[in-house]
Amino acid sequence: MTVGLDAFTAGRRPGLARPIARRLGELARQPILVASWIVVLVVIGWAVAPGLFTSYGPYAGDAAASFSPPSAEHWFGTDRLGRDLFARSVYGAQTTLTATLLAVLIAFGVGTLVGLIAGFAGGIVDTAVMRVIDVFLAIPSLLLAMVVVSVLGYSTQNIALAVGISSIASFARVMRAQVLSVVTQDYVKAAYGLGVGRLGVMLRHVVPNSLSSVIALAALEIGTAVLAVASLGFLGYGAPPPQPEWGLLVAEGRDYVAVHPWASILPGAALAVVVIATHRISTSYRKDHRR
Amino acid sequence: MLRYLALKIGRALFVVWAAFTLTFVLLFVLPADPVDLLFDPAEVNSVPPEVRAQVAASYGFDRPVILQYLTRLGHALTGDFGTSVQSGRPVVATILDVLPSTLLLAAGALALALVIAFVIALAATSARRPWVRDLVEALPSGAVSVPVFLSGILMLQIFSFRLGWFPAFGDEGARSLVLPLITLAIPVSGPIAQLLVRSFATEFRSGYVTTSWAKGATRGGIVVRDVFRNASLPALTIAGITFGNLIAGSVITETVFARQGVGRMTQAAINTLDVPLVQGTVVLVAVGFALINLIVDLIYPLLDPRLRAALATG
Amino acid sequence: MTDPHADRQDPLLRITGLVIDYRTGRRRWTPAVRGATLHVGPGEFVSLVGESGSGKTTLVQGALGLLPESARIRAGSIAYSGVDVTGWNDRRMALVRGNYVGFIPQDPNTSLNPVKKIGQQVIEAVRFNEPDARDAARHRQAALDSMRTAGLTDAERVFHQYPHELSGGMKQRALIAIALAGKPKIIVADEPTSALDVTVQKVILDHLVRLREELGIGVLLVTHDLGVALDRSDRILVMRDGEIVEEGPVRRVLENAADDYTRRLLDAAPARHAGRLEPASGRRPLPGREVLRARGLTKTYRLRGRGPRRELRALDGVDLVVREGTTHAIVGESGAGKSTLASILAGFTSPDHGTVHLGDRELTGLSRGRLREIRRDLQFVFQNPFTSLDPRFTVAEIVAEPLRAFGLARGRRERTARVTELLKAVALDERHLHRLPGQLSGGQRQRVAIARALALNPKILVLDEAVSALDVSVQAQILRLLVDLQAEYGLSYVFVTHDLGVVRLIADDVSVMKDGVVVETGPVEHVFRSPRHDYTRRLLEAIPGAGLAVAGAR
Repeated sequence: MTVGLDAFTAGRRPGLARPIARRLGELARQPILVASWIVVLVVIGWAVAPGLFTSYGPYAGDAAASFSPPSAEHWFGTDRLGRDLFARSVYGAQTTLTATLLAVLIAFGVGTLVGLIAGFAGGIVDTAVMRVIDVFLAIPSLLLAMVVVSVLGYSTQNIALAVGISSIASFARVMRAQVLSVVTQDYVKAAYGLGVGRLGVMLRHVVPNSLSSVIALAALEIGTAVLAVASLGFLGYGAPPPQPEWGLLVAEGRDYVAVHPWASILPGAALAVVVIATHRISTSYRKDHRR
Repeated sequence: MLRYLALKIGRALFVVWAAFTLTFVLLFVLPADPVDLLFDPAEVNSVPPEVRAQVAASYGFDRPVILQYLTRLGHALTGDFGTSVQSGRPVVATILDVLPSTLLLAAGALALALVIAFVIALAATSARRPWVRDLVEALPSGAVSVPVFLSGILMLQIFSFRLGWFPAFGDEGARSLVLPLITLAIPVSGPIAQLLVRSFATEFRSGYVTTSWAKGATRGGIVVRDVFRNASLPALTIAGITFGNLIAGSVITETVFARQGVGRMTQAAINTLDVPLVQGTVVLVAVGFALINLIVDLIYPLLDPRLRAALATG
Repeated sequence: MTDPHADRQDPLLRITGLVIDYRTGRRRWTPAVRGATLHVGPGEFVSLVGESGSGKTTLVQGALGLLPESARIRAGSIAYSGVDVTGWNDRRMALVRGNYVGFIPQDPNTSLNPVKKIGQQVIEAVRFNEPDARDAARHRQAALDSMRTAGLTDAERVFHQYPHELSGGMKQRALIAIALAGKPKIIVADEPTSALDVTVQKVILDHLVRLREELGIGVLLVTHDLGVALDRSDRILVMRDGEIVEEGPVRRVLENAADDYTRRLLDAAPARHAGRLEPASGRRPLPGREVLRARGLTKTYRLRGRGPRRELRALDGVDLVVREGTTHAIVGESGAGKSTLASILAGFTSPDHGTVHLGDRELTGLSRGRLREIRRDLQFVFQNPFTSLDPRFTVAEIVAEPLRAFGLARGRRERTARVTELLKAVALDERHLHRLPGQLSGGQRQRVAIARALALNPKILVLDEAVSALDVSVQAQILRLLVDLQAEYGLSYVFVTHDLGVVRLIADDVSVMKDGVVVETGPVEHVFRSPRHDYTRRLLEAIPGAGLAVAGAR
């Protein structure tokens, strides 16, 4: 009887560690999620080895074929100088994705650390950090990024830095909120009660349990950062014109949108598809980790 | 209550002051030589040293940084942010010129975004078939994923060039406002809709809704009488984010549609490194943000009796 | 199916062979209710008893048509006075709910709309069920009447109040008023008092009985507390794993339960036992010297803001003595200060005034490092085993944490051996080593928490409501485990609880707390037999299951 009655409530919660086969099975029932992963993997492929995906170069154009509409030969058509727009999109992935990754790493690294310190230290440190975060939140990130780029100079690296800096505040805020809620959990109090030191509690309990929602934010932020990087590129703060960059591609095509709509719409649509895919993946991650 | 008020106003003032200081550091202290920024980048190297010195003196760049800061801060407190380098006119007047156009665009887009968000939330709440609900719930995420410059260009392409329903550029008349408004409203509606969908769903599962079912209420009645108010309150908490999205969105929307406005002016100011104008704009935006949050902080207690009670005793 | 005497013989509610499934995956359904049959007649008080996961709440939700979307009725029927309502849509069910069947929900704190005044919420309930009369004044009058009937004497004032301005008991009365507003023939109450203090629980339940008598309505009470059910019902039903395993009049069930599970439930009920549990090993250790002494503990919490009433005195000059090898229970209702006391004893909170001595060492005012040394002798077990274990740690890591912290049992093999030994002490074994808390039941989790607390060989355990979150049958096992461990290791316990019934099972001494003050203290036998303080007496009277104790003694 002693152990038997425990079966009353046993086995109602599914285990956290699910077999990989079952995970794959679940994935197979979510075609949109699978498609999203394929999109993201393909685009990473573009960034790593663009030559594998297109036989055209990003710069060489055929002036005679200026503004050819999309065809089997030129999937996205060609631009004013007759450059293959699909090739330019493929090569552009490298610029845009590198900048995005850098931006998210900066925001995640700095933001998480700041949020952890603020939430764990509490008191005056917390208040001071929060007020500074307030200020960063008060200036819309695109505007802040524009100002930072104007100071640092126009380039893709600086765009990455600017976007990263302007997103630190949101990471710090989420991390701090998580830390504050984890710190009040019984298991943290229990750890102190068992004689675990402050640093031990922070590293063993607080950080791991706070990180999951910040990681979810990072996944979401990748999409947002791609948009921000491309937006700044669109406004002309990024790589100088001959370089392929997604925002810049759209901006270049925009002047001819009335006559040759594909020149801006197709690269833009590729960008939108990537962002939608990352959003979809981050949503499913958040659903998985909601307890 | 007074304490609460004082705290909130103090916080708003702090944000504005800090935004001023931050931009001062970014724009006047960090650049190697702020005088460089005052000249056209193409000509900066050919400017004679006397002229530079004269310009530096007239802007006070020859004085210690802290004095420059205090002078600028003092002027800013009286509403003087200096003169725009490009136009030579006062910064405040330059901004006020284009502000109405942006306010109109932003207010209209916000109203439309709210309508879209509530329609999505209500549709998701009342949808009975899971696949319909999934579809509706996916809309906000799509709305924030499509870059504004793409949706703007698509709008232009379809409604101006193909169908000819609306003018493509400019800011004359109400018809020219329609496309920018929709373009801006879409990304702004996304986060609001996501929040509303979640809070409608949460509130719909809450205990008092069960009580209402048990009273004999109908589904529509419950949504209108119980869920709507409780679920709408959280939307106020992202008012600041919404404001930021409106500003950021209007920069791009105004560029795509070649509309006059604060956003496009800011872009021009940054392109020409018109430092006083950039600082003025950033501080103005911070003022707007602080005001919005202050208003939210003040009306929230009116809408939620629990908070009201907490304040009355505190 | 057609009964010639349907009009006269049909009960208010008849559920026949009801099967309710939950969707647990694509095309996968798991039954929560498996063919339940019950009926409630006019003026009858019927209780449905079951532990968590028994399906009792699902059954009631099914009866009211309030099932969540993930559930479906697979078979069976629900009939109100002979009218089969199975499969009715919301629009038709709206005519039955409120009008014919009133519902009292589980948690009064979340069951009222927070942004609406009570009066308006009651008026709505009147209006929905009386659509013809469009007279606002009459609706208001009816609402006030209903509130008075529900026992809100100051109905006029409550009418204009918001839910957050009312106590839990008042909120539950407001919900009863809402349930009564539609003039129903039957009231279904789902655990209506489990979120309330015992003394309030007694008042609310007594009121339900009175309503049944005065209005002649039927009552179906769902509860996990067998004592509550036995005290007031005409008939009880016991539910387990979605099936009704026992049904009958109270007396018959008490004296001659047909089902084995019912008998086990009866045995597990604290009220059934007259005295303290004896350890399995036999003799209890003889009470020794004092191991823990608290003197004049005072703690005041400053609330935010200024003003005269901005302070909350959680503890006011509390003394406490724990003798070696004994259990000292601290009893009180919510807000009595018992958790603050436990927290101070365990060194989590420091008092404003007063001292705590552990043997001859003073615990209060110690630095973090010195306090850490004392933790080896004094450990804490939390109320909720679902939150006190880090969800990312395996059982082995959890139990090993104090060993790591103090650098004991170095080396993997030695540590695993010690952890296994500890798990065996709490009747778990190696199979649980690599499980996560999420894969354990509530009882198993609390065992892990106890094993962890024992890892450092402490002398004293402070147990804060350590069995309150558990089902009765699991609770009985944990209590037995605690008694056995005490005998084996000579442990002393400080046992904080709101449940006087449990005190009798485990404690040697008891202190009764109210509003931060110990109102009565002494040996358990004494305090239970001849309570001196009026509050103690009221607490004792409010313990459900008085009938149970009588039958048990027989």
